[in-house]
Amino acid sequence: MGDDDLVRRLRAGDGSAFTELVNAYHPSMVRLAQTFVPSRAIAEEVAQETWLAVLKGIDGFEGRSSLKTWIFHILANRARSTGVREQRTVPVDVGDEGSVDRRRFDEGGAWSAPPAHWSDDIVEKLSSGAFLARVQDALSQLPDSQRAVVTLRDLDGLSSKEVCDVLEISEANQRVLLHRGRSRIRATFEDEVAKR
Amino acid sequence: MRFLTLRHDLVCREAVELVTDYLEGRLSRRDARRFEAHLAKCDGCDEYLRQIRATIEILGKVQPDDLAPETRQGLIDLYRDFRGE
Repeated sequence: MGDDDLVRRLRAGDGSAFTELVNAYHPSMVRLAQTFVPSRAIAEEVAQETWLAVLKGIDGFEGRSSLKTWIFHILANRARSTGVREQRTVPVDVGDEGSVDRRRFDEGGAWSAPPAHWSDDIVEKLSSGAFLARVQDALSQLPDSQRAVVTLRDLDGLSSKEVCDVLEISEANQRVLLHRGRSRIRATFEDEVAKR
Repeated sequence: MRFLTLRHDLVCREAVELVTDYLEGRLSRRDARRFEAHLAKCDGCDEYLRQIRATIEILGKVQPDDLAPETRQGLIDLYRDFRGE
Protein backbone atom coordinates (compact mmCIF):
# COMPACT_ATOMS: atom_id res chain seq x y z
CA MET A 1 0.00 0.00 0.00
CA GLY A 2 1.52 3.30 -1.03
CA ASP A 3 0.79 6.14 1.37
CA ASP A 4 0.24 8.74 -1.34
CA ASP A 5 -2.33 6.63 -3.08
CA LEU A 6 -4.17 5.79 0.16
CA VAL A 7 -4.21 9.38 1.34
CA ARG A 8 -5.52 10.59 -2.00
CA ARG A 9 -8.27 7.98 -2.00
CA LEU A 10 -9.22 8.66 1.62
CA ARG A 11 -9.51 12.36 0.92
CA ALA A 12 -11.64 11.61 -2.11
CA GLY A 13 -14.03 9.61 0.07
CA ASP A 14 -13.06 6.20 -1.28
CA GLY A 15 -14.36 3.77 1.32
CA SER A 16 -12.18 0.92 0.10
CA ALA A 17 -9.08 2.87 1.16
CA PHE A 18 -10.51 3.09 4.67
CA THR A 19 -11.27 -0.63 4.70
CA GLU A 20 -7.74 -1.44 3.57
CA LEU A 21 -6.31 0.60 6.41
CA VAL A 22 -8.64 -0.95 8.96
CA ASN A 23 -7.72 -4.45 7.81
CA ALA A 24 -4.03 -3.66 7.92
CA TYR A 25 -3.78 -1.75 11.19
CA HIS A 26 -6.79 -2.14 13.43
CA PRO A 27 -5.70 -5.40 15.12
CA SER A 28 -2.25 -3.98 15.89
CA MET A 29 -3.81 -0.73 17.10
CA VAL A 30 -6.00 -2.53 19.58
CA ARG A 31 -2.98 -4.50 20.77
CA LEU A 32 -1.00 -1.32 21.31
CA ALA A 33 -3.90 0.46 23.01
CA GLN A 34 -4.15 -2.40 25.48
CA THR A 35 -0.73 -1.39 26.70
CA PHE A 36 -2.22 1.80 28.05
CA VAL A 37 -5.77 0.94 29.08
CA PRO A 38 -7.09 -1.77 31.38
CA SER A 39 -9.42 -3.67 29.11
CA ARG A 40 -9.84 -4.95 25.61
CA ALA A 41 -13.19 -3.16 25.35
CA ILE A 42 -11.64 0.21 26.15
CA ALA A 43 -8.79 -0.50 23.73
CA GLU A 44 -11.36 -1.13 21.00
CA GLU A 45 -13.07 2.15 21.85
CA VAL A 46 -9.79 4.03 21.68
CA ALA A 47 -9.00 2.45 18.32
CA GLN A 48 -12.44 3.39 17.03
CA GLU A 49 -12.03 6.99 18.18
CA THR A 50 -8.66 7.00 16.46
CA TRP A 51 -10.26 6.05 13.14
CA LEU A 52 -12.68 8.92 13.48
CA ALA A 53 -9.77 11.25 14.21
CA VAL A 54 -7.98 9.88 11.16
CA LEU A 55 -10.98 10.58 8.94
CA LYS A 56 -11.35 14.08 10.37
CA GLY A 57 -7.65 14.84 10.17
CA ILE A 58 -6.60 13.25 6.89
CA ASP A 59 -6.84 16.55 5.01
CA GLY A 60 -4.23 17.94 7.40
CA PHE A 61 -1.86 14.98 7.09
CA GLU A 62 1.40 16.42 5.82
CA GLY A 63 3.32 13.24 5.17
CA ARG A 64 6.16 14.10 7.52
CA SER A 65 5.90 10.61 8.88
CA SER A 66 4.41 7.53 7.28
CA LEU A 67 0.64 7.22 7.39
CA LYS A 68 1.02 4.25 9.72
CA THR A 69 3.19 6.19 12.17
CA TRP A 70 0.75 9.08 12.09
CA ILE A 71 -2.21 6.81 12.85
CA PHE A 72 -0.37 4.95 15.62
CA HIS A 73 0.73 8.24 17.13
CA ILE A 74 -2.86 9.42 17.33
CA LEU A 75 -3.78 6.11 18.90
CA ALA A 76 -0.97 6.17 21.48
CA ASN A 77 -1.88 9.72 22.52
CA ARG A 78 -5.52 8.83 22.90
CA ALA A 79 -4.85 5.63 24.75
CA ARG A 80 -2.49 7.43 27.10
CA SER A 81 -4.85 10.30 27.77
CA THR A 82 -7.69 7.91 28.36
CA GLY A 83 -5.57 7.58 31.46
CA VAL A 84 -7.78 5.05 33.13
CA ARG A 85 -4.80 3.53 34.78
CA GLU A 86 -2.38 5.39 36.99
CA GLN A 87 -0.47 8.26 35.51
CA ARG A 88 2.14 6.64 33.39
CA THR A 89 5.53 8.10 32.72
CA VAL A 90 8.17 6.35 30.77
CA PRO A 91 11.15 5.86 33.05
CA VAL A 92 14.28 7.56 31.84
CA ASP A 93 16.80 6.22 34.31
CA VAL A 94 18.43 2.94 33.56
CA GLY A 95 18.65 1.91 37.18
CA ASP A 96 20.69 -1.16 37.95
CA GLU A 97 18.19 -3.74 36.90
CA GLY A 98 20.23 -6.31 35.00
CA SER A 99 19.24 -8.18 31.87
CA VAL A 100 20.23 -11.41 33.51
CA ASP A 101 19.87 -12.52 37.10
CA ARG A 102 23.00 -11.27 38.86
CA ARG A 103 23.41 -14.58 40.64
CA ARG A 104 24.35 -16.20 37.38
CA PHE A 105 27.66 -14.35 37.33
CA ASP A 106 30.65 -14.86 39.59
CA GLU A 107 32.33 -12.05 41.49
CA GLY A 108 34.45 -11.14 38.50
CA GLY A 109 31.36 -10.82 36.27
CA ALA A 110 31.90 -14.02 34.27
CA TRP A 111 29.09 -16.54 33.84
CA SER A 112 28.83 -19.01 36.67
CA ALA A 113 25.55 -20.36 35.25
CA PRO A 114 25.74 -19.67 31.51
CA PRO A 115 22.66 -20.07 29.33
CA ALA A 116 22.13 -23.65 28.19
CA HIS A 117 22.42 -24.22 24.46
CA TRP A 118 19.23 -23.79 22.46
CA SER A 119 18.87 -26.16 19.54
CA ASP A 120 19.05 -24.73 16.04
CA ASP A 121 15.38 -25.42 15.43
CA ILE A 122 14.26 -23.65 18.60
CA VAL A 123 12.42 -20.93 16.68
CA GLU A 124 10.29 -23.50 14.84
CA LYS A 125 9.78 -25.45 18.03
CA LEU A 126 8.56 -22.42 19.95
CA SER A 127 6.44 -21.06 17.12
CA SER A 128 3.46 -23.28 17.80
CA GLY A 129 0.13 -21.67 18.50
CA ALA A 130 0.13 -22.86 22.09
CA PHE A 131 3.50 -21.36 22.85
CA LEU A 132 2.78 -18.07 21.08
CA ALA A 133 -0.27 -17.69 23.29
CA ARG A 134 2.07 -17.95 26.26
CA VAL A 135 4.29 -15.31 24.74
CA GLN A 136 1.34 -12.98 25.11
CA ASP A 137 1.32 -13.76 28.81
CA ALA A 138 5.03 -13.05 29.06
CA LEU A 139 4.50 -9.74 27.30
CA SER A 140 1.70 -8.81 29.64
CA GLN A 141 4.12 -9.21 32.57
CA LEU A 142 6.36 -6.46 31.23
CA PRO A 143 6.10 -2.93 32.55
CA ASP A 144 3.83 -0.96 30.21
CA SER A 145 6.51 1.19 28.62
CA GLN A 146 8.64 -1.86 27.81
CA ARG A 147 5.65 -3.72 26.45
CA ALA A 148 4.71 -0.82 24.18
CA VAL A 149 8.21 -0.63 22.72
CA VAL A 150 8.67 -4.40 22.30
CA THR A 151 5.22 -4.71 20.75
CA LEU A 152 5.83 -1.99 18.20
CA ARG A 153 9.39 -3.02 17.36
CA ASP A 154 9.32 -6.80 17.44
CA LEU A 155 5.67 -7.72 16.90
CA ASP A 156 4.62 -4.96 14.53
CA GLY A 157 8.02 -4.44 12.94
CA LEU A 158 8.26 -0.66 13.26
CA SER A 159 11.70 0.94 13.04
CA SER A 160 13.25 2.57 16.11
CA LYS A 161 12.58 6.00 14.60
CA GLU A 162 8.92 5.13 14.08
CA VAL A 163 8.59 3.84 17.65
CA CYS A 164 10.10 7.07 18.97
CA ASP A 165 7.63 9.10 16.91
CA VAL A 166 4.63 7.04 17.95
CA LEU A 167 5.43 7.02 21.66
CA GLU A 168 7.19 10.40 21.82
CA ILE A 169 10.27 9.03 23.50
CA SER A 170 13.95 9.58 22.80
CA GLU A 171 15.97 7.11 20.83
CA ALA A 172 18.15 6.32 23.85
CA ASN A 173 15.10 5.68 25.97
CA GLN A 174 13.60 3.51 23.27
CA ARG A 175 16.72 1.37 23.27
CA VAL A 176 16.76 0.98 27.05
CA LEU A 177 13.12 -0.11 27.09
CA LEU A 178 13.65 -2.47 24.17
CA HIS A 179 16.71 -3.96 25.85
CA ARG A 180 14.97 -4.57 29.14
CA GLY A 181 11.84 -5.91 27.51
CA ARG A 182 13.65 -8.34 25.22
CA SER A 183 15.90 -9.47 28.08
CA ARG A 184 12.94 -10.31 30.23
CA ILE A 185 11.17 -12.17 27.46
CA ARG A 186 14.32 -14.18 26.74
CA ALA A 187 14.49 -15.15 30.40
CA THR A 188 10.89 -16.36 30.21
CA PHE A 189 11.67 -18.40 27.10
CA GLU A 190 14.73 -19.81 28.80
CA ASP A 191 12.61 -21.15 31.64
CA GLU A 192 10.23 -22.60 29.09
CA VAL A 193 12.98 -24.29 27.07
CA ALA A 194 14.46 -25.77 30.25
CA LYS A 195 11.13 -27.45 31.02
CA ARG A 196 11.00 -29.22 27.68
CA MET B 1 26.42 6.50 20.22
CA ARG B 2 27.41 4.74 23.37
CA PHE B 3 30.99 4.73 24.53
CA LEU B 4 32.39 2.46 27.13
CA THR B 5 34.88 3.97 29.45
CA LEU B 6 36.04 0.65 30.78
CA ARG B 7 39.69 -0.10 30.31
CA HIS B 8 39.62 -3.74 31.29
CA ASP B 9 38.36 -6.52 29.05
CA LEU B 10 34.62 -6.90 28.87
CA VAL B 11 33.18 -9.30 31.35
CA CYS B 12 30.04 -11.32 30.65
CA ARG B 13 27.88 -9.28 33.01
CA GLU B 14 28.72 -6.18 30.97
CA ALA B 15 28.53 -7.89 27.60
CA VAL B 16 24.90 -8.95 28.05
CA GLU B 17 23.96 -5.31 28.63
CA LEU B 18 25.45 -4.34 25.25
CA VAL B 19 23.49 -6.79 23.17
CA THR B 20 20.74 -4.39 22.14
CA ASP B 21 23.11 -1.54 21.38
CA TYR B 22 25.12 -3.99 19.32
CA LEU B 23 22.11 -5.27 17.37
CA GLU B 24 20.89 -1.70 16.84
CA GLY B 25 24.26 -0.68 15.47
CA ARG B 26 24.72 1.83 18.25
CA LEU B 27 28.07 0.74 19.59
CA SER B 28 31.15 2.63 18.43
CA ARG B 29 33.25 0.63 16.03
CA ARG B 30 35.81 0.05 18.75
CA ASP B 31 33.24 -1.16 21.26
CA ALA B 32 31.59 -3.38 18.67
CA ARG B 33 34.98 -4.98 18.06
CA ARG B 34 35.52 -5.52 21.77
CA PHE B 35 32.05 -7.03 22.04
CA GLU B 36 32.71 -9.38 19.12
CA ALA B 37 36.14 -10.29 20.49
CA HIS B 38 34.52 -11.21 23.79
CA LEU B 39 31.89 -13.36 22.09
CA ALA B 40 34.53 -15.13 20.03
CA LYS B 41 36.05 -16.54 23.20
CA CYS B 42 32.95 -16.79 25.37
CA ASP B 43 30.43 -19.52 24.59
CA GLY B 44 28.00 -18.25 27.23
CA CYS B 45 27.74 -14.77 25.72
CA ASP B 46 27.70 -16.13 22.19
CA GLU B 47 24.77 -18.33 23.16
CA TYR B 48 23.12 -15.39 24.90
CA LEU B 49 23.22 -13.31 21.72
CA ARG B 50 21.80 -16.28 19.76
CA GLN B 51 18.97 -16.51 22.25
CA ILE B 52 18.16 -12.83 22.01
CA ARG B 53 18.04 -13.17 18.23
CA ALA B 54 15.77 -16.21 18.52
CA THR B 55 13.59 -14.31 20.99
CA ILE B 56 13.16 -11.45 18.52
CA GLU B 57 12.31 -13.91 15.77
CA ILE B 58 9.68 -15.65 17.89
CA LEU B 59 8.17 -12.33 18.99
CA GLY B 60 7.79 -11.47 15.31
CA LYS B 61 5.46 -14.44 14.90
CA VAL B 62 2.92 -13.22 17.44
CA GLN B 63 -0.03 -11.97 15.46
CA PRO B 64 -2.67 -9.63 16.83
CA ASP B 65 -6.17 -11.02 17.19
CA ASP B 66 -8.10 -11.17 13.96
CA LEU B 67 -10.50 -8.40 13.17
CA ALA B 68 -13.91 -9.63 14.32
CA PRO B 69 -16.65 -9.30 11.68
CA GLU B 70 -18.75 -7.15 14.01
CA THR B 71 -15.78 -4.87 14.65
CA ARG B 72 -15.22 -4.47 10.94
CA GLN B 73 -18.90 -3.74 10.40
CA GLY B 74 -18.84 -1.20 13.25
CA LEU B 75 -15.98 0.62 11.58
CA ILE B 76 -17.69 0.57 8.21
CA ASP B 77 -20.75 2.10 9.92
CA LEU B 78 -18.52 4.70 11.53
CA TYR B 79 -17.14 5.55 8.11
CA ARG B 80 -20.61 5.86 6.59
CA ASP B 81 -21.82 8.06 9.44
CA PHE B 82 -18.79 10.26 8.99
CA ARG B 83 -19.39 10.57 5.27
CA GLY B 84 -23.09 11.13 5.84
CA GLU B 85 -23.96 8.16 3.65
